[in-house]
Amino acid sequence: MGAQSASDASRQHGQHDAAVVIENLAKHFGKVQALRGLSASIRYGRLTGLVGPDGAGKTTLMRIMTGLLVPDAGSVTLAGFDVVKDNDAIHVASGYMPQRFGLYEDLTVMENMRLYARLRGMDAEHNTELFDELLEFTRLGPFTARLAGKLSGGMKQKLGLACALMARPKVLLLDEPGVGVDPVSRQDLWRMVQALTDEGMAVVWSTAYLDEAERCQSVLLLNQGQLLFDGPPQELTAQLEGRSFRLENVGAERRAVLTEALDLPSVSDGVIQGAGVRVVLRAGADAQQVQALAARSRVELAAVPARFEDAFIDLLGGGPGGTSTLAERLPPVELGSDIAVSCRHLTKRFGAFTATDDVSFEVRKGEIFGLLGPNGAGKSTTFKMLCGLLKPSAGEAHVVGLDLRRATGAAKSRLGYMAQKFSLYGLLSVRQNLEFSAGVYQLEGDTRRQRIEEMIATFDLGDWLSATPDSLPLGHKQRLALACSLMHRPPVLFLDEPTSGVDPITRREFWTHINGLARKGVTIMVTTHFMDEAEYCDRVAMLSRARLIALDTPDALKRMAASAQQPDPTMEDAFIHLVESADRDTEAAA
Amino acid sequence: MSNAILSFTRLRAQFVKEVLSILRDPRSRMVVFVPPILQLLVFAFAATLEVRNVDIAVYNQDAGRWSLELMQRLDSARFISHVRRVDSQRQLHDLIDRGEVIAALAIPADFSRTIAAGGGGRAQVLVDGRRSNSGQITVAYLSTIAAEVGAAVVPDAQAPKPVVVRHWFNPNLVYRWFIVPGLTGILALFSALLITSLSIARERELGTFDQLLVSPTSTPEIIISKSLPALAIGTLLGLFMIGAGVFVFGIPFTGSFALLLASLVLFILSVVGIGLMISAVSATQQQAILGAFAIGVPAVLMSGFATPVENMPTVLQWLAQAIPLTHFLVIVEGSFLKAMPAADILANAWPLALIALATLTLATLLVRSRLQ
Repeated sequence: MGAQSASDASRQHGQHDAAVVIENLAKHFGKVQALRGLSASIRYGRLTGLVGPDGAGKTTLMRIMTGLLVPDAGSVTLAGFDVVKDNDAIHVASGYMPQRFGLYEDLTVMENMRLYARLRGMDAEHNTELFDELLEFTRLGPFTARLAGKLSGGMKQKLGLACALMARPKVLLLDEPGVGVDPVSRQDLWRMVQALTDEGMAVVWSTAYLDEAERCQSVLLLNQGQLLFDGPPQELTAQLEGRSFRLENVGAERRAVLTEALDLPSVSDGVIQGAGVRVVLRAGADAQQVQALAARSRVELAAVPARFEDAFIDLLGGGPGGTSTLAERLPPVELGSDIAVSCRHLTKRFGAFTATDDVSFEVRKGEIFGLLGPNGAGKSTTFKMLCGLLKPSAGEAHVVGLDLRRATGAAKSRLGYMAQKFSLYGLLSVRQNLEFSAGVYQLEGDTRRQRIEEMIATFDLGDWLSATPDSLPLGHKQRLALACSLMHRPPVLFLDEPTSGVDPITRREFWTHINGLARKGVTIMVTTHFMDEAEYCDRVAMLSRARLIALDTPDALKRMAASAQQPDPTMEDAFIHLVESADRDTEAAA
Repeated sequence: MSNAILSFTRLRAQFVKEVLSILRDPRSRMVVFVPPILQLLVFAFAATLEVRNVDIAVYNQDAGRWSLELMQRLDSARFISHVRRVDSQRQLHDLIDRGEVIAALAIPADFSRTIAAGGGGRAQVLVDGRRSNSGQITVAYLSTIAAEVGAAVVPDAQAPKPVVVRHWFNPNLVYRWFIVPGLTGILALFSALLITSLSIARERELGTFDQLLVSPTSTPEIIISKSLPALAIGTLLGLFMIGAGVFVFGIPFTGSFALLLASLVLFILSVVGIGLMISAVSATQQQAILGAFAIGVPAVLMSGFATPVENMPTVLQWLAQAIPLTHFLVIVEGSFLKAMPAADILANAWPLALIALATLTLATLLVRSRLQ
C-alpha cells in the first residue's frame, strides 16, 4: 500500500499501540454461548491469528469487531472507536473480508472494484492510481475484464482483499481467507498480508488450520468461546520443547505402533507421518516408554521440533487413546480378490469440460487411499464415479470386483459412504438415524437390533438417543455418521472430506477408528484437503486439472519435492511442487 | 442379502424417515396444517362472486309515482349500501369516474308518464367498466328491480326480453356450493405438490440424498417411499375439505363417496409425480417451492376452477386436459351437486390414471438421470 496509509498507521501507533481492545466480551445465540468473557488486545503492525476449530467463536468475534453484531456484554474498541457507539467510524477504520465471497459474481473484477469504491463514497474515476496499485498488489491486473464468478477460489479471495483494502483501513479483518484456496494461492495471500503489516496495518487472520497459526506473529487461540492462549505461537510451542519425537521409518507396522504408542500412559498425542509415527509426551513424562517401544519395533527415535497443533492438543488435555473400540468388534474382512477398488481409463466429461481425464489405479484390500488435489482438480468427480454417484463417460470402475455400472445394487451394499459435513437426517433423532441406515441396508430382526446396540455402545451414543443430530457436539455427530455408514460392515469405506471443519481432537479420534478399520482389512478411500491427513494414507493420488499427476506413498511424494533449500519438505510443499511441475509440463507440451 | 428392486425392509425404513421428516420439518408442517384452515376461512367467507355493499348514483328527472316506487325499491335493496341522489348528468359521470359508485341510473322526465300510458318505462344505466364483472352483475340486479316496477333499464338501446332462468343443481346459486368442492381439489393439489417437491430437495440440501443413492436402495423405492406420505396427507386433507363441505357448509353430497375417494387417490398420485419431478431438478428447497408455485398457480387458473375451460383457445384446452385438477374438479363438483353417475366419473378418472402413470414414470426417470 502507499506511503500515506503507512504514515497514518504509524501515527496511530504512536498514540496507542493497541488496534483492537476486547474486554469481557460475551455473546450468545439462543442457548449457544458463542463467546464467554473474552479479553484480549490486537496490535498494529502485526499479523494476529484468530485460531480455533469450527464453532470456537471466531466468526462471532470478527463480526462484533466490524460492528455487524452487538455483544451481549463487554466492549470492543477498534482504532479508538467503540464498535457499538461509533458504529459508523468502524466501517471507515476497518476493512472486512467475510468468509464467503461477498462480491457480485455477475460483475467483472473492475466493476466490482468500482462499485465498492462508490459504496465507500470514493470517486472511482479519480482513483485510477489507487486501483492500479491494488491490482498490481493483488496481481489481478490481467483479469480486470473477467467476471468475478469465473475467478478461481484464490483469485476471488484476492479480489475480496483488494476491495477490503479500498478505503485504506487501519485494521484489516480476514475471516478464514485460506478456505477453498489452493496452497499456491495461499502462499500469495500470506505474502500480501506480510507486506501490509510491514506498513503498520493491523491484520487479523482467522483460521481453523492450526498450521496457519505458526505463521502469525501473534495468536489468539479460541476454543468453545474461551481464550486459551494469547501471544506469539513460538511461546506456546516452546512449552512443549523436548516432548515431541518421531519413530522413523516404521513402515507397514506404523498403525499398530501408533495404537501402541497412544495407549502408553506417558504419551498424550500421536499421529502418523508418512512411514513414521510422531508422538508427543505428557508434561513431565520421560521418554523411557517411547524408547522401549522404538526398541521393540526396531526403529529409530528422533527428537523433532514441536508444532502449534501439539500445543493446542496439549492445552486441551491430550488426544484420545489409540484403540478403536469399533474396529475391535469387527470381524476381519475377507475378500475374494486382493484388489478392493480399481478404475481403468476413468473419464468424465460435462459438455466440453473434462472433469476427470483418463484416470487409472488399483487399491489393495486394507489400504488407506487418498485423493488429493486443489479445488476443481476433479477429485470429487473421480470419487463420485468410484462410489457410483456419477456414471463415467468412458472407462470403468470396480468395487470389490463388481462393475458399478451394471451390478449397482449388489456393489452398493458392499460399500460404506460418509459424505462431507456428515449428512445425517437433522429432523430425525439419533436412534431414528441409526434405524434408518440399518433398514436401508436391509438389516432385519436380531441382526438389526444387535448392530444398532453395538454402535450405540461403541460410540457412546447412549445419552443422546432421542436428541437430534444437530444438537450433538461435533465429535458425537461424526461418530454417528461413522456408525451409520458402517452399520452393514462394508469391506470398502468411502470418506468425502471427512474431517473438514472438525477440531484436531475429534479428527484424531476419527483417524484412530479409521486406522483400526484398515488393520482389520477394510479398504478406505478418502478425499481430503488437509495436508496432514494425507500423511495417514498408504498411498496418495494427486489430481490436478482433471489428470492424475502423481500416485505414491506420502514419503515418496515428499522426496520428489526435496531440494537443497528444502531438505525436509512438508506434504504441502510436495503438493505445490507437484502441481507446479505438472503445469509446466502441460505448458511445455502445448 | 437380496438385491431385488423392491425390498420391504428398505421401503419401511424410508417410509418412516419420510413421515418423520414431514411431521418434524416446520416448513412441511406449515404446508400440511396452515393452508386447510386458512383456505377454509378465506375462500369460504371472503372470496365470493356476489355483489354486495355497493353504492349507486341516481339522477331522477321524473317526479312521478313510478320513479318514486323505483327509488324506494333501490333504497331497500340489500346489495346497495347507499343510493346517492344527484342533480345533473355531469355529477353522475363524476361519481363513476372517481370510482365512488359502481353504477348510475338516469331516470328520464317522462318515465312515469310512459308507464302510465301502458308503454315500457326506460331508464339509462351507466356502469363502471373498470370493474366489469361486478358491473355486469349489478346491471342484472338493477334490471330485476326495474322489471318489478314494470320498466326496463336500458344499458343501450335494446330492451331485455323477459326470460325466466332456473338454475339446476344449485337453484339459489349459493356461491359456496360451487367453491368449496373446488377447494378440495386445490388444497389437495398444493399440499401434495409442496410436500413432494420439498422432499428430494431437502435431502439434497442436507447431503443425505447422496447417502441414499450409494445405498442399495433402488430408484422405484425412493419414489414409492416419497409418494406414500404425500398421498396419505393429500387424501386426508381432501377428505377434511369434503367433510367441511358437507357438515359445515351443508352442501348436498349426492354422488358416490367411494368413487370420489378413488378419484382423489388417482388425482393425488398424478400430482405427486409432478412434485417429485420438480424436486428432482431442484438443487435447494427454495427452488422447489418456487417450482411448485410456478406449476401450481397456472394449473389452478387453467383447470376450470375460475374460468370455464371451454372459453379458452383450443391449444390451451388441450393443455388443460393434461392438468389433473381439470378432471378432478369435474368429478368433485359432480359428486357434490349432480349425483354424477359412475360412467361419467370413470370418463374423467381414466385421464387421471394416465397422467399419474406418466408423471410418476417421468419422475423415476428424472431421479435416475441425476445419477449420470
